[in-house]
Amino acid sequence: MTDQATASSKPASTFAETARKYALFVLLAVMLVGFWSAQPAFINSANLFSILQAVSVVAILGVGVSITMSAGGFDLSVGSVAASSVMAASYAMVVLQMNAFETLGLVLLMGAFIGLVNGLLIVRVGVPDLLATLSTMFLLAGLQLIPTGGRSITAGMMLPNGTTAAGAYDPAFLILGRGRLFDTVPYPVVVMAVVAILAWFLMERTRWGRVFYAIGGNETAAHLAGAPTKAYRLWAYVLSGTLASLGGLIVASRVGRGDVSAGNSLLLDAVAASLIGFAVLDKRRPHVLGTVLGAIFVGVLLNGLTMLNAPYYTQDFVKGVVLVGALALTFGLGKKKR
Amino acid sequence: MGANGAGKSTLVKILSGSISADAGTILLNGQSVSFASPGEAQAAGVATVHQATDQAGAAGLTVAENLTLNELCGTGSFFVSPRSTRKRAAEIAALIDLDLPLDRDFIDLRPAERQLIAIARAVAAKASVLILDEPTSSLSSTEAERLFSVLRRLKASGIAILYISHRTGDLAAIADRAVVLRGGKAVASFAKPIDFSAAVAAMIGRTLDAALHDGTVSSAPILASVKRARLIPGATPFDLDLRSGEVVAITGTLGSGKSRLLRALFGLETLAEGEFTLDGKPWLSNGPARSIENGVFMVAEDRWASSLLPPEIPGASIAGTIALPHLPRWFPLGLLRETRERLVASDAIHRLGIKARGPDDTLDQLSGGNQQKVVLARWQAAPCRLLLLDEPFQGVDVGARADLIAAIRNSQSGSATLIATSDTEEALEVADRILVMRDHSLYEADGSHESLAAVIGSVESIETRADGTGQTP
Repeated sequence: MTDQATASSKPASTFAETARKYALFVLLAVMLVGFWSAQPAFINSANLFSILQAVSVVAILGVGVSITMSAGGFDLSVGSVAASSVMAASYAMVVLQMNAFETLGLVLLMGAFIGLVNGLLIVRVGVPDLLATLSTMFLLAGLQLIPTGGRSITAGMMLPNGTTAAGAYDPAFLILGRGRLFDTVPYPVVVMAVVAILAWFLMERTRWGRVFYAIGGNETAAHLAGAPTKAYRLWAYVLSGTLASLGGLIVASRVGRGDVSAGNSLLLDAVAASLIGFAVLDKRRPHVLGTVLGAIFVGVLLNGLTMLNAPYYTQDFVKGVVLVGALALTFGLGKKKR
Repeated sequence: MGANGAGKSTLVKILSGSISADAGTILLNGQSVSFASPGEAQAAGVATVHQATDQAGAAGLTVAENLTLNELCGTGSFFVSPRSTRKRAAEIAALIDLDLPLDRDFIDLRPAERQLIAIARAVAAKASVLILDEPTSSLSSTEAERLFSVLRRLKASGIAILYISHRTGDLAAIADRAVVLRGGKAVASFAKPIDFSAAVAAMIGRTLDAALHDGTVSSAPILASVKRARLIPGATPFDLDLRSGEVVAITGTLGSGKSRLLRALFGLETLAEGEFTLDGKPWLSNGPARSIENGVFMVAEDRWASSLLPPEIPGASIAGTIALPHLPRWFPLGLLRETRERLVASDAIHRLGIKARGPDDTLDQLSGGNQQKVVLARWQAAPCRLLLLDEPFQGVDVGARADLIAAIRNSQSGSATLIATSDTEEALEVADRILVMRDHSLYEADGSHESLAAVIGSVESIETRADGTGQTP
């Protein structure tokens, strides 16, 4: 190494630094105020909760993505896992006539199992992260269509073997997606909050989180420091798969049927939320708080624009603009500081 | 010359056009010049060979293509044939007597060979000033000698050479004049014959006592031993006993097997034959986790690749870096308590004299010597049986090296330290006992320069021969 001069002369945090740190919070506040003044109905609690409800699935998937990213990986299969979970939950109740709790357990186990397969492909077989999860993404997107012959699952549907499905959605299951805590907070929002808090605690306040980040930062260093790096990477994918199936369960309980096109845009939205999160607090790394805030940011923007009658087809464009802006903020503008 | 943080690299960056000077002018052939980019500096005849040799050429291209890279990228004709490339490359190689196989891939070259390619390119571009930044930091002594003979030829042909180093041996070999930088200022300048003790004193701002330790044989109990070990099949087997409180250095050229022995003790590699014992019991580790649990610690070479974390992730601070391997034992319940980490880090900062604002500084804010102190502090933060250090003084200036040596020697009660270094001077300064590794086997040497040179010398004659036969097409 050569001279890294001026080791002790870094100025205290400047205005620019502070501005970059809280830029997304400020923008969020500006947006809220702006939409409120343009459309007073925007700020009532029903609408705000509906925004949170709309982003909850993306945020939960994004947390999984950011855990794998922090361990130096990347889970491209979260969207497919969520979509397959919608189908699996529907199939379990409508065709196999399971109750709500059996369905929950089965689907979460399935998500964990897919994560395990991803992880084993990566750490045992040695397939690069992106390629392994890309291939499971395709595999699941196809697999979910096979049991029903490519059709959506609804109560009383015709099965490929000519019989009629006897089961139906368990009403208890639908509470997850449609019920509200104390008649105000939708359960998906509660689930998102619990997931976010637990994941934040894991990643920021425990030694396990520290090791996840160490592996992502320098796997050799983590290994030489005695960390079982393969086990950690495996766990990252198991967590990500489980969270993705949890997201799928919420979708299933909201729509109440097994829609083959459910979860189409979930992967990209979740990845975008994680990447927007890099800019939150100027962390330049995946982190849970940033991911959730990134998802909410996009949700508020889309909801507000919809209320102002922006056409639906501009949504992806808006997401793209936010993502480009956030990444430029993270990587470009801050680079000179280091 | 100058210690880490003295401003040597900044000077190089200014001269080579990577950054612009805050004040002052650069005169080239009596004319004031200013370079807005490295390309402009190169065009003006100022060529720079940087420390990181993987940037000296492009991986995936052959030696010939790399030698002619400037022409391929810039002024050459539109069509290139392999034949004309080879012909031109041979001409360029002849400029500095480079005898590398021209069709070898750049990625397979050793650092020394990459450096020579960079120099050849600079000469071919008709450079009048050649800047070398720490060129010998990753070379063995044979390779360094070869570099010096190339530099002497260039000097004779009228090229001015700015040679940046903190190795006094290098400067003694080739320098006509030495300028010492400290704190961004030129503090002293010496003409040949250079008074190196004065130069070192100027470099670190104080004098150094030569820390040569007496060669008295320790009678402390044997802590770890290696019996009838063969590192690779067919090597001569050797024994090694490490006594409690002892610091043993293994020296020898690159590739002689020093790192392999350390890695085998740490459980990263297996011996071809033979066994280890630790505290009288057989010792066989299956990996770092088990070794660390048993008090066998290793600091691998190249701290950024092997020990340190990029600055943006949590745990990249001094406190987090020191704590990383100890997390399971310090926080068995999983919950981090940052006060505990900070306490250990503050203690280390005081004890080792680490120049930092506090435990929360990230490692990229520190100079090389201070980074290495943090890495050493990591492994002194827990009770140790056997400490393995692989090239611990790489890229560390003389002042920090003295601090590191003191820290290594002062924490010796009840543990043994095994150090691998290719620099005999370092070995003499730090160790109670020095062994020489040659062709994957250990040889004794008494603690004098002459004896070491004799034992290593026989290594080098073998190496040169091997190189010679390997390179005839």
